Amino acid sequence: MEDNVIIAEGLTKCFGTFTAVDHISFSVKKGEIFGFLGANGAGKTTAMRMLCGLSIPTEGKAVVAGFDVETQSEEIKKNIGYMSQKFSLYEDLKVWENIRLFAGIYGVPEKEIAPKTDALLGRLGFEKEKNTLVKLLPLGWKQKLAFSVAIFHGPKIVFLDEPTGGVDPMVRRQFWNMIYEAAERGITVFVTTHYMDEAEYCDRISIMVDGRIEAMDTPKNLKDEFGVESMDEVFYLLARTAKRAE
Amino acid sequence: MKQFFSFVKKEFYHVFRDSWTMVILLLMPVVQMILFGFAISTEIRNINVAIVAPEHDELTKMITDKLDAVDYFTVNGYFTSMEKLDEAFRQGDIDCAIIFGQAFEENLYSADGSSICLSVDASNSNTATTMAMYAQSIISDCIKELSPYVGAAGIAPDIKMLYNPQMKSSFNFVPGLMGLIIILICAMMTSVSIVREKEKGTMELLLVSPVKPLTIVISKMVPYMVMSFVNYLTILLLATTLLGVPVAGSFLTLSLLSLIYIITALALGLLISSATQSQLVAMIGSGMVLMIPVLFFSGLLFPVEGMPKVFQYFSWIVPARWYVTAAKKLMIQGLSFRYVLQEFIVLSSMAVLFITISLKSFKNRLS
Amino acid sequence: MMLKYLLEKEFKQFFRNPFLPKLIVFFPVMIMLIIPWIANMDIKNINVSVVNHDSSSASEDLIHVIESSNYFILGKVTADYDEAMTLLEFGETDAIIEIPAEFEKNLLTTGSSPVQISINAVNETKGALGSNYLTAICMDFSSDFFEKHNMAAAGNINVVSTFNMPKLNVSVQNRYNPYMDYKLFMIPALMVIIVILMGGFLPALNIVGEKEKGTIEQINISPVPKFIFIIAKLIPYWVIGLLVLFLTMLVGYWVYGLWPENGFWTVCLFAVLFIFAVSGFGLIVSNYAKTMQQASFIMFFFILVFMLMSGLLTPLHCMPEWAQYFTIINPPRYFIEMMRVVYIKGGTLHDLWPQFFAHVFFAVFFALWAVLSYKKRD
Repeated sequence: MEDNVIIAEGLTKCFGTFTAVDHISFSVKKGEIFGFLGANGAGKTTAMRMLCGLSIPTEGKAVVAGFDVETQSEEIKKNIGYMSQKFSLYEDLKVWENIRLFAGIYGVPEKEIAPKTDALLGRLGFEKEKNTLVKLLPLGWKQKLAFSVAIFHGPKIVFLDEPTGGVDPMVRRQFWNMIYEAAERGITVFVTTHYMDEAEYCDRISIMVDGRIEAMDTPKNLKDEFGVESMDEVFYLLARTAKRAE
Repeated sequence: MKQFFSFVKKEFYHVFRDSWTMVILLLMPVVQMILFGFAISTEIRNINVAIVAPEHDELTKMITDKLDAVDYFTVNGYFTSMEKLDEAFRQGDIDCAIIFGQAFEENLYSADGSSICLSVDASNSNTATTMAMYAQSIISDCIKELSPYVGAAGIAPDIKMLYNPQMKSSFNFVPGLMGLIIILICAMMTSVSIVREKEKGTMELLLVSPVKPLTIVISKMVPYMVMSFVNYLTILLLATTLLGVPVAGSFLTLSLLSLIYIITALALGLLISSATQSQLVAMIGSGMVLMIPVLFFSGLLFPVEGMPKVFQYFSWIVPARWYVTAAKKLMIQGLSFRYVLQEFIVLSSMAVLFITISLKSFKNRLS
Repeated sequence: MMLKYLLEKEFKQFFRNPFLPKLIVFFPVMIMLIIPWIANMDIKNINVSVVNHDSSSASEDLIHVIESSNYFILGKVTADYDEAMTLLEFGETDAIIEIPAEFEKNLLTTGSSPVQISINAVNETKGALGSNYLTAICMDFSSDFFEKHNMAAAGNINVVSTFNMPKLNVSVQNRYNPYMDYKLFMIPALMVIIVILMGGFLPALNIVGEKEKGTIEQINISPVPKFIFIIAKLIPYWVIGLLVLFLTMLVGYWVYGLWPENGFWTVCLFAVLFIFAVSGFGLIVSNYAKTMQQASFIMFFFILVFMLMSGLLTPLHCMPEWAQYFTIINPPRYFIEMMRVVYIKGGTLHDLWPQFFAHVFFAVFFALWAVLSYKKRD
């Protein structure tokens, strides 16, 4: 049990009379790539925001990196990285300035920032763009940069909210390679997506329908259980029962 | 036409969904009217008077009591030292000091007469003038009472205060505030909402659709036009019921004038939006940079006629100036349409001009 | 440490904006150069038309007196009241003086022949001042007339000894502003308007701007403490506000020769506190607002209330009691009082302790509120 870095028990979030997330329970092991699937409006983002300490649960509890989301959210924040669906680097800052800002915020020592920045840009092949304003970069590059910034300080867990939305298949492939690298370094990856081919890359996935987790297992077991060939079909079988539409 | 209405509906939906903004927009004029209508005033009152008298004789006492008895003066200090007096002036405890000369009562009937020095805080030169005038007239009334003869009236004028016999400040402020509130709300709302769509990229979407730019733009303006008109009615209702400001002229003409002004203001917002790319700039442009000329050049606070000629000419390009002038004529003076014809023409031409320029710039971006 | 990185970011973003750096220089300078000339209540040019029903030398004299006065511009002289009234309605004249028939004759025989003055009082200040000036002119005219015709002021009794008549010389001393220049009153106030607009409006759009762009999420998810984040937002506007204030003070010195001789450090001390409070207020609005549009409407509303209720443009003591109590909770009120005391009256901190404590209170209050209203979680 001690190598579970995320544990959720009966986690619930209501907005007025609307229950966005309805008593979900699950756990994620250290170093795992956990896929969090669901149709639009199923409650994925809300659940993720609770785990990150951005949103207070209405009911239930969750422990992330050993800290309670309700009472120790600031402790959690020291131990996680986050990249959201909405692109969230500062567009009017240069590439190195963004890296420096977030490194500084997460307490990376001043002396280490510059060499680590250069090393990172080298790995990404972004050396030439060091002084470019982020708003001038193509979307795929921005996403890769945002991911790199999210794990720059070596967090225990990284939360990715639809990280590959709107980018081409080439970049998506590269992006997943980066995710594997991060997982190999022992970073737990919690990722939401609605690309079913990406679901296949995950160690384990859960599928949310109308605020509840309807299925949770490895992709292979799920396909066997539903007796279908692809994740697409699994998802279709579950999602057609959904009552919420966007 | 159907297309147009569906657009208008969409815009209404947009505006009304943001209930906070709605509340602010509709409540703002109400609060402002109440505060300013009652609180903003240049009528002289509550003047704190200090008395400096070397001797406390009957006459100084009489003058002091006379001053204190008047509504707008309060005697609140007796000083013997000039230093203390100066400190009281600096700290704002007193606005005016009556400094009696030596042997005041004794000297009154001497050949040289006795003297009084009225020392007024002239930081604000306008109130200083009025303060001194009021104090002087009270003192000279006192002296007249002592005089054995009744003076001839000479050509003492008989003064008639036209349109505003009770001398209420609100008669001047209300039309000005209407001009200010309407233009700021309209220009800010339209410019920001259009630039917002530009920032989000949805404007491009609309512009490449088969809908004419004019339709898009007008449908964006309609909800704000309705809201501004509601604001206009609210202000007018409050002004007449609470503040007793009349609508002496024709209500219809005033409403028509206001409608044209609203359209001009919306068109101005449109113009700003066509010249800017970010919400920040649109907001500062339509809020801050627009507020200052409207506040100072419309005649709301300072009469345009008192300005140097160059600035009087400049005020011609400020739409609020025309509106405020015309609104005063219609509301307070009760004049008929022919007296505001000029303002009508100017405002309408401004609206046409603004719309034409901004439509041109929208089209240019497309091609 | 974190603060350093956040400050770097804020300053870079501010100065990289294509619009803001220009705004903080040009806007204050323009206002300081233009508004003092137009914010002018000295009513010097009142247009007067005369309806003359008496063609006599006395009426000619009266018209001449009006014409040569500094305050009036003589317009049409006519015998038709309706014509003059039409001019007034079109706004071409502000006042009408009607000289009655038999004006000179009545003056000589009875010593009294009142003229009728009709004045446009829509603007009540202008009406009051105009009528006061005209009354004064008429009084002067009367005594000159009596003197000229050897009549005592006491009617047509020809010889009255001045013995036993009370004689009082009233002199007026205009403290602090002997030349009665309204600009002196307005300029310190304009500096305050500029500081409020720059130091208050800009931060109000800042945090909510990050909300709209989505970048605020990245801060909320980080371990940045609320306090550090808000301080990092406050300091840049604080610095900018101070720079803007010094800029306006320099313009005030170069163009209008105004400088707070004794109170320079007093101004600095108060400005440090005031801008802190105003920027804090802007951030509070930004914290509560959901969109930039909302933020700017709320801010615009408060700035108008702040400005008009602060004694900036209309004197505080002219307000009704309840409104004066209301100004106690209006921070700019104290800053304006300070500016005027220092600039116009040459006062120093010694004269301004109540204002000082009010400033300290507001600075702490708004900064605290700004920190508390910033929510990292919902």
